[in-house]
Amino acid sequence: MKPFRYQAPGSVDAAVEVVEPMGVAGQGGAFLAGGTTLIDLMKLHVVTPPSLTDVKRLGLDQIEETDGEIRVGSRVTMAEASEHPLFLERAPALSDALWKAASPQLRNIATLGGNVLQRTRCPYFRDNVSPCNKRDPGSGCAAIGGINRLLAVLGTSENCIATYAGDFANALILFDPVVETRTAADGPRQIPFSDLHVLPGDNPAKETILGDDELITGYRFKLPDWARRSLYVKARDRESYAFALASAAVALDLDGDTIREARLGLGGVATVPWRAREAEEFLKGKTVSEETALETGRIAFDGAQGYEHNAFKIPLGRQVVAKAILDAAKMDVAGAAGMTGQSGGAN
Amino acid sequence: MSNPPDKRDLPEKTGPEVTRRGFLSGTATAGAAALGSAAAATRDALGQKVDAAGGETVDISLVINGTAYERSVDARTTVLDLLREELDLTGTKVGCNHGQCGACTVLMNGTRVNSCLLLAAMADGARITTIEGLASGIGELHPMQAAFLEHDGFQCGYCTPGQIVSAIGCVKEGHATSEAEIREYMSGNLCRCGAYKGITEAIIEARDATNSSDVGGA
Repeated sequence: MKPFRYQAPGSVDAAVEVVEPMGVAGQGGAFLAGGTTLIDLMKLHVVTPPSLTDVKRLGLDQIEETDGEIRVGSRVTMAEASEHPLFLERAPALSDALWKAASPQLRNIATLGGNVLQRTRCPYFRDNVSPCNKRDPGSGCAAIGGINRLLAVLGTSENCIATYAGDFANALILFDPVVETRTAADGPRQIPFSDLHVLPGDNPAKETILGDDELITGYRFKLPDWARRSLYVKARDRESYAFALASAAVALDLDGDTIREARLGLGGVATVPWRAREAEEFLKGKTVSEETALETGRIAFDGAQGYEHNAFKIPLGRQVVAKAILDAAKMDVAGAAGMTGQSGGAN
Repeated sequence: MSNPPDKRDLPEKTGPEVTRRGFLSGTATAGAAALGSAAAATRDALGQKVDAAGGETVDISLVINGTAYERSVDARTTVLDLLREELDLTGTKVGCNHGQCGACTVLMNGTRVNSCLLLAAMADGARITTIEGLASGIGELHPMQAAFLEHDGFQCGYCTPGQIVSAIGCVKEGHATSEAEIREYMSGNLCRCGAYKGITEAIIEARDATNSSDVGGA
């Protein structure tokens, strides 16, 4: 690691005041939470912050529900959230996406604030040598003509095809949360979650709309009762502790076997946490069937662009979407209607 | 063809004895000395303490295996660096050094974490338990250590300290209720020898031999 200064201020106000401007491509200061991405990238010299502002003394570690609204502090760990009843019972997709990510050791310290901002696993970004517009703006993209098996097929640009690596964000996005942040100059700010990440476009180094000193303090959202019928299906190279090749978060509002409303998020295939809104529209009013589920998968990957080694993600992703829909429809959910004749079926 | 002589028949070694462990330990001490001299550095223009390489030093206090330590360390020092290079607690192993293999697993305030990605500064004030802190005395292994021996939960042994510490965390978290759950919740510890079958059996035995609060009491 390159030398850096370390500070651990005692309040959110102090933290945003003293943090060194973060700048582009990770070369400025940085907030430090669990550090499981940041310290890793610092060891690789992919990011070289001159200073770290540790958020460990800021609290922000509670999950609470007030008047039907859930507020999750950004310092809640992945492990804590994955086992919290609000997630486990009221929105299993959120719990699934957390426990199916990383390893227990990482989840015990990685936080939800940091997890949503997890950097890509693109090998050319991480090697610190290859041309990479995300790490070294203007240098080009070695991935597009390189070994791109793990990279994205949705939301790409001619400058970057780096996959958004996280899982939790692909499930959280289903519930239209608000991201609560703080800056020194402007105080608290609320950002619709789906606006937080930005497509690579012409400037892959800019991954979010967060300002230079902006700290995520938490997430706020409401869970409809039918979020109990939600899950996260993750296809990967090994059964555990691997990044998604393709994943799907699904929540279904069922009336018998008719879909009143559906939410669909995709992971492992896109450059940002991905909400498949056209596929959601298609599902409205449809009867649950294998044919409907597969057609939804096709719609979700409309416009996807495969490259030399990753085109398999398009048919794989369609199947993962279909499986997620069919599995969600079969869930035995207390208090929510299941598929006719199958509501007693175990999942 | 004669049998090779029994080892007990070999002549006594002459000259100064050099063992692998002693040699490595000596090397580590030399490294720690270098780190120590670097840490005894000056202050920069802003009054921050800096070491010879220009890094800031951070004052930390930790309780490791029941012993309190106070140190001034380079801010870049990980808990893994601190344990091995400064405190001579080399039971915790360096594997990938990037949070991917679990060889460096320790318990922080009772929770398993990768010490290679944990800055010592982040752990200031924490209680750390390493493999050296598990046995209650000579010949009195922690139940998890004994179970790993009993079930051959290792071959080369390099991943073993991390596996054992992680296994204690796994049981304590309540994620050792079935073989499938153990496999899922031990996936952060890789074993290149493939001793997973013995590891899983060991965890089941240790889980059943003690209640979870005992196993996690480390």
